[in-house]
Amino acid sequence: MEQQLNELKEQALAKIQEATNVKELNEVRVAYLGRKGPITDALKGMGKLPAEERPKMGALVNVIRATVTEVLEERMAKLEEDAINEQLEKESIDVTLPGRPARTGNHHPLTRVVEEIEDFFISMGYEVAEGPEVEKDYYNFEALNLPKGHPARDMQDSFYISEDILLRTHTSPVQARTMEAKGGAPIKIICPGKVYRRDSDDATHSHQFTQIEGLVIGDDIRMSDLKGTLSLFAKKMFGDDREIRLRPSFFPFTEPSVEMDISCFKCGGDGCNVCKKTGWIEILGAGMVHPNVLEMAGYDPSVVTGFAFGMGPERIAMLKYGVEDIRHFYTNDVRFVSQFHRTEA
Amino acid sequence: MLVSTEWLKDYVNIDGIPAPELAESITRSGIEVDAIINRSQGMTNVVVGHVLECVQHPDADKLNVCQVDIGAETSQIVCGAPNVSKGQKVIVAKSGAVLPGGFEIKQAKLRGVESNGMICSLQELGIEGRLVPKEYAEGIYVLPEDAVVGSNALKILELDDTVLEFDLTPNRSDALSMLGVAYEVGAILSQEVKLPEIAYEESAEKAEDVLKLRIDAKDENPMYVAKVVKNVKIAESPLWLQNRLMASGIRPHNNVVDITNFILLEYGQPLHAFDYDRLVTGEIVVRLAEEGEKITTLDEAERTLKSHQLVITNGAEPVAIAGVMGGANSEVHDGTTTVVIESAYFTPATVRRTSKEHGLHSDASTRFEKGVDPERVVAAAERAAQLIAELADGEVLAGSVMIDELDKTPVQITISPDYINSRLGMKISLEDMLSILERLKFPTEAINGQLVIDAPTRRQDIRIKEDIIEEIARMYGYDNIPMTLPITESNPGGLTPYQKKRRTVKAFLEGAGLYETLTYSLTSAKEAQTYALETAPVTNLLMPISEERSTLRQSIIPHLLEVATYNVARRNESVGFYEISSVFLDEEEDGLPKETAHVASVITGNWVDHAWQADTKKVDFFVLKGIVEGLMDSLGLVDELTFEQAVLEGMHPGRTANIYHGNKRIGFIGQIHPTEQNKRDLKETYVMEMNLDKILSIETEELLYVPVPRHPSISRDIALVVSSDTSAGALEDVIRRAGGELLTGVKLFDLYEGDNVESGKKSVAFSLKYQDPERTLTDEEVVKAHEKVLAALTSEAGAQLRG
Ligand SMILES: [Zn+2]
Repeated sequence: MEQQLNELKEQALAKIQEATNVKELNEVRVAYLGRKGPITDALKGMGKLPAEERPKMGALVNVIRATVTEVLEERMAKLEEDAINEQLEKESIDVTLPGRPARTGNHHPLTRVVEEIEDFFISMGYEVAEGPEVEKDYYNFEALNLPKGHPARDMQDSFYISEDILLRTHTSPVQARTMEAKGGAPIKIICPGKVYRRDSDDATHSHQFTQIEGLVIGDDIRMSDLKGTLSLFAKKMFGDDREIRLRPSFFPFTEPSVEMDISCFKCGGDGCNVCKKTGWIEILGAGMVHPNVLEMAGYDPSVVTGFAFGMGPERIAMLKYGVEDIRHFYTNDVRFVSQFHRTEA
Repeated sequence: MLVSTEWLKDYVNIDGIPAPELAESITRSGIEVDAIINRSQGMTNVVVGHVLECVQHPDADKLNVCQVDIGAETSQIVCGAPNVSKGQKVIVAKSGAVLPGGFEIKQAKLRGVESNGMICSLQELGIEGRLVPKEYAEGIYVLPEDAVVGSNALKILELDDTVLEFDLTPNRSDALSMLGVAYEVGAILSQEVKLPEIAYEESAEKAEDVLKLRIDAKDENPMYVAKVVKNVKIAESPLWLQNRLMASGIRPHNNVVDITNFILLEYGQPLHAFDYDRLVTGEIVVRLAEEGEKITTLDEAERTLKSHQLVITNGAEPVAIAGVMGGANSEVHDGTTTVVIESAYFTPATVRRTSKEHGLHSDASTRFEKGVDPERVVAAAERAAQLIAELADGEVLAGSVMIDELDKTPVQITISPDYINSRLGMKISLEDMLSILERLKFPTEAINGQLVIDAPTRRQDIRIKEDIIEEIARMYGYDNIPMTLPITESNPGGLTPYQKKRRTVKAFLEGAGLYETLTYSLTSAKEAQTYALETAPVTNLLMPISEERSTLRQSIIPHLLEVATYNVARRNESVGFYEISSVFLDEEEDGLPKETAHVASVITGNWVDHAWQADTKKVDFFVLKGIVEGLMDSLGLVDELTFEQAVLEGMHPGRTANIYHGNKRIGFIGQIHPTEQNKRDLKETYVMEMNLDKILSIETEELLYVPVPRHPSISRDIALVVSSDTSAGALEDVIRRAGGELLTGVKLFDLYEGDNVESGKKSVAFSLKYQDPERTLTDEEVVKAHEKVLAALTSEAGAQLRG
């Protein structure tokens, strides 16, 4: 009996080793350890043995079962691991193959620049004001201290629709309209939008382009406020170490008028091809709102003052991104537009 | 304005200041110096030579062999200029000399004859051909006889000069004269201005005895001065005068004409010289032209005058268009002996209008248009008399002939220092302000703490307090203005709901795979209404530059198609774009066309393109429809969104739909008609355009959370065979209506037409979802609801149920 049991054990252990996969091993488990297997049979047959042999044989059967179970579990673990390894092997891929590109688009570069400027000024408490692109001569010129017959308003330079209506030549009419609508109340706005000039399109001219202008009106707004505001803007837009300088200039709707340069963001001021060796780059025009403009909109210029500034997103984008031809912005070659997808923060 | 620094030295001390530094100071205080022009352009070894001998080259008709004394030696130089001859003083670039552009003069043999150096024209010294006096334009330049042989020719031609090119803003016409520039530079450098000293001898004869003057149009011409100079010898101007004119961009002609141009540059006062004898009548009458009257101007053009144009006449016929151009009939010529010098104030508006109408923009008209200094009208005439006496041996008749009704009262401005400081945000002391005004030569008195300033007439731009603030600030230095921020009520700022939603639209469309474009609002009259969602009368430009850009568009799609074609032609075959822009409907809103923002899109080529995984998918209607649905969903508007088959011009009749929100048509979507695609070199291309303003103005409900269902849903699938022309939308409508409240989802998951389906029929399959948020549904409940759906499909849509 004892010998029979030991043979059974050897036999089972051999079968366990022969099993090459989980399925075969499970068959071995059923065959030897199952309810109808020989070990169970051996335990069932225990009753036929003499009483004195029963404990000894019982212990032996239990040992054998424990041994076979243990070896089988070990073997099972091994086979499972092999199976997983085999699966992993099969599933391995060439990770250098290209990914499935997520189909996306992005802002036009000019929208990108305009929104960046909008967001800066919104954070400073400005609202965004918009107005019509087809405008009355009054708002485009007259209300801005450019009366009829003024040399700066040549028919040749503007797209007129009729004697009194034209495609706006700047976004300043939005300022004039806002001032008129506010009826004497303080103002803090920026005005982005499309504007039109009677130019032939070439590398530096476009009959349609964009502008973004700002206007602050209130009691005792000072020229130092203009300078402080523009300096913060320059740092935000072009880098923390940007410096600004103001140069006297002339616009009919501001007095004093200035042009603002920023220290060159490419060379830091040493001189390079971007700044034409001067260390400075002209970015925008600005000034204190002309008293005639305030008066026409119903403000009292002896009490209320203001500043205004304006810039061209095309120029800023050209400088910032090194674009050499303004026509790229209106051709919309996808190889151009799609370059402006990544963040710069 | 070109400003010769050598010339400027006559009026203000700039010694020891390098030109770049001077230019920088001028730019920083208000006048932009655009360029610093070094006239020597790196030239060396250019000297005065004396042609001792000049014989024809033995082997070349057009060449001469010259022996030229150049000081220490005599050089043999072969010269091809037609005007070279023995005895001339000439400009010689010695062997080893460098000319503009780094051009080096080397010893050479020309047709076998040795040549040591070159006899130069002015063009070869870097002077523009248009500035070279006509008699030297085709050959070498001949120097005056007194030029010292061997001396530096650049020096006597003043080519060692540096010229500053000013980019003047329209208000600074005072700097259109050397004296004006001297005042500006003097103010910057705290230097005094030296005015020219005017002194000459007058003859006994009086000007008024030989010349009569009458002005019949004093509104246009309030001041007119004439001087008469007799026995004038017309000749070439002295070299210094020619040099100054050429440095300033004006071509020398003869002494009298050059003097008028010199004074135009010096005083900013345009002068005109008439030949007294050719005036014939001894009379000048200034009047408005008669309508249709004719004059032949100096440029030999016959011009027809209008009745608002001011002319100078001899009492009978026009001899000049006032302030614009002289007439050929009274022009000074080589034989002129008596000259009438005109110095006048013509009003800016008159000259501006006339010069524009004749397309004549001269150095003179430019200055009159801006308004000349009333105080210089007489001085300029006197200066001219002096120079004609000096340089053309003239006898100046005593006195002038003059009519003067011009108001020369200076504008007086009273302003307090506190006001100035409060506007600037600065604390400039009264002393500093007074010192700046003194440097600017603005006569100022401090009275009761107020500055009372007489704006000089040469500064026509100084009119109001703010002008004084600007003058003080720019001279004090803009760098010294502190940086502050406005002290105002602090408002939160931000975007309007419309602007916010517009950004949402952009973000959604870009996230969905479309690139944003910007295209032109102007298009051709032909394309203005192509693919327009709505049409109205179009808005046309009065004077378009081209037919291509003559009319405001009523649809964005044509330009998006152009963009697609452009890209496809450059092998970007798969592209998707969108644009938000205004379209213009001339419906007369407050006199202006109605501007409405539209959103439009175009897609073409492959939508999915994962080539190595054999996974590519062409664009189709449903790609773009999915984007529209997603967009409307992101705006909370998808529930009432419907698409209705439509036939629209230029669109594929079977693949186009109008888009509705509720019962409002908000746009359309579809495939471009294949013939249109072909015309535009496009493959299958889909577009949509919607009225964004309409969409964003639809009120939406507040966003509120709907509890996530805790009870399971039960699905039932239906397979149907229906007539081919039954739309999926119609079936879905039937299902939803019949399904009642328990039906929470309907999804089409299969569509089949072809084999195994009777012709004229199609097979459609829907998956339906039943759910009650409050409890788990029982089978019976679902069966009951579902039976209703099936019954409705059979009875209302004539559907046969399958399997
Ligand atoms: Zn630089």
